[in-house]
Amino acid sequence: MTETFVPPTRFAVPGRIAVAGQAAAAWQTATVAEIRRETPRAATFRLAVPAWAGHLPGQHLQLRLTAADGYTAQRHYSIASAPDASGHIEVTLDHVEGGEVSGWFHTAARPGDRVEVRGPVSGFFAWPGDRPALLIGAGSGVVPLMSMVRHHRRRRLTVPLRLLVSARSPRELIYAQEFGAETTPVFTRSAPPGTPVGRLAAAHLAPLTAEPPADGWEAYVCGSNAFAEHASRLLVAAGQPVDRIRIERFG
Amino acid sequence: MNVTRGFTGRPSMDGPGLPPGQYDAGDAWPVLSAEVTPGIAPADWTFRVDGLVAEPGTWDWEQVGRLPQSEYAGDIHCVTGWSRFGTRFSGVSLDVFLDAVRPDAAATHAVAYAHTGYTANLPLADLTGGRAWIALAHDGEPLPAEHGGPARLLVPHLYFWKSAKWIAGLRILDHDEPGFWEQNGYHARGNPWQEQRYSGD
Ligand SMILES: Cc1cc2nc3c(=O)[nH]c(=O)nc-3n(C[C@H](O)[C@H](O)[C@H](O)COP(=O)(O)OP(=O)(O)OC[C@H]3O[C@@H](n4cnc5c(N)ncnc54)[C@H](O)[C@@H]3O)c2cc1C
Repeated sequence: MTETFVPPTRFAVPGRIAVAGQAAAAWQTATVAEIRRETPRAATFRLAVPAWAGHLPGQHLQLRLTAADGYTAQRHYSIASAPDASGHIEVTLDHVEGGEVSGWFHTAARPGDRVEVRGPVSGFFAWPGDRPALLIGAGSGVVPLMSMVRHHRRRRLTVPLRLLVSARSPRELIYAQEFGAETTPVFTRSAPPGTPVGRLAAAHLAPLTAEPPADGWEAYVCGSNAFAEHASRLLVAAGQPVDRIRIERFG
Repeated sequence: MNVTRGFTGRPSMDGPGLPPGQYDAGDAWPVLSAEVTPGIAPADWTFRVDGLVAEPGTWDWEQVGRLPQSEYAGDIHCVTGWSRFGTRFSGVSLDVFLDAVRPDAAATHAVAYAHTGYTANLPLADLTGGRAWIALAHDGEPLPAEHGGPARLLVPHLYFWKSAKWIAGLRILDHDEPGFWEQNGYHARGNPWQEQRYSGD
């Protein structure tokens, strides 16, 4: 028996790419090259990883800090930067209250510090830039989606791409300066005069799902579980096929 | 060792129940599924075991409810880092189903698959001997949909991605075949005590 078992039910979310085992398994030193504040709670850390094997927009990596006594802490972080040959990658971290790893980054890290990364992992949330992409994120859930937006721009891709991004207020909107016509921000607590305040709603999706591109949208949803549940229900209600909704929950 | 300047880590929480690299999530039970949470009514749910077995079997909700019920009281461990102590699940031991279908002597592995199409591969030895269940309830309440209700696989001694939510069946095989996360770089077995997170660990 060598044939691959295919479940009688349709595979919900087939992976977009195969993941290279070897490169993804090895820990590599990453040196903090630059720190950029994004919002009062979030900052971007540019890391020099000379032997980085490359990634696709949407993938994440594993990051490890080591204490002098050998204690280590590992966390997953989405890659914010678009794939390029610079030998650098960027991650954007929320400062979690009492957070062990994000706390170190936000209070101690400075250029020249060394951490370790391995990856990229997970081909299922990757977007190779092929299918029309409908991106929906909240808070730091915008990070892997931003890699897709940047890739789309840098490569001057013509495949349709739209981003709906939810934040509490304009001050807390990560990458606010970088968004263009592809992006619709949704503010849940406060907004500039004339902009409505409220949760992501069916009305935000309707203009996009009512007239989908010829071969339909590939939807990528990222954020907390509560947000992911809410956004994915709206997508299903708007007619988006469940097997074309990919969800990354930060838990 | 590659020490990170200025990093000391949280005062160690390592208890005897905490596998390496895990933290105690307390009452939190994060949800990490990659697909849209399906709304499956118990009446529409079925569980099938086939592949290399003497007699494939399919059970519906009522039939599973009439099988001998048992409990798991203990800990669960997620590959993203959280562990949850003192969980209580009830359901039916997988031994009950496997005894009914009688796997071939050549059988070594299984692919667990969900009603959503999610898959996870497991050695058969991890599914037998009272260490795996089809869980129908948590803390005496029906399993919530976002945690895999109406029924999920429960293999608590392995990382929790192996415990496929919305379980639809097991295909018994004579070889190992990577499932959803395993094809995405995760470990084939996923033993938290050996920190088998990614292939190569
Ligand atoms: C696939 C994936 C991608 C992700 N991408 C990103 C990203 O791009 N950006 C981002 O900011 N985050 C991302 N995350 C979340 C990230 O992995 C971490 O969970 C987050 O940074 C918090 O880690 P931390 O070490 O700072 O906090 P932790 O120390 O893990 O704390 C998290 C919470 O748990 C509590 N806690 C943890 N351990 C204990 C303990 N021992 N005792 C008491 N309380 C405890 C803390 O108080 C806090 O509220 C991602 C997660 C996943 C799964």
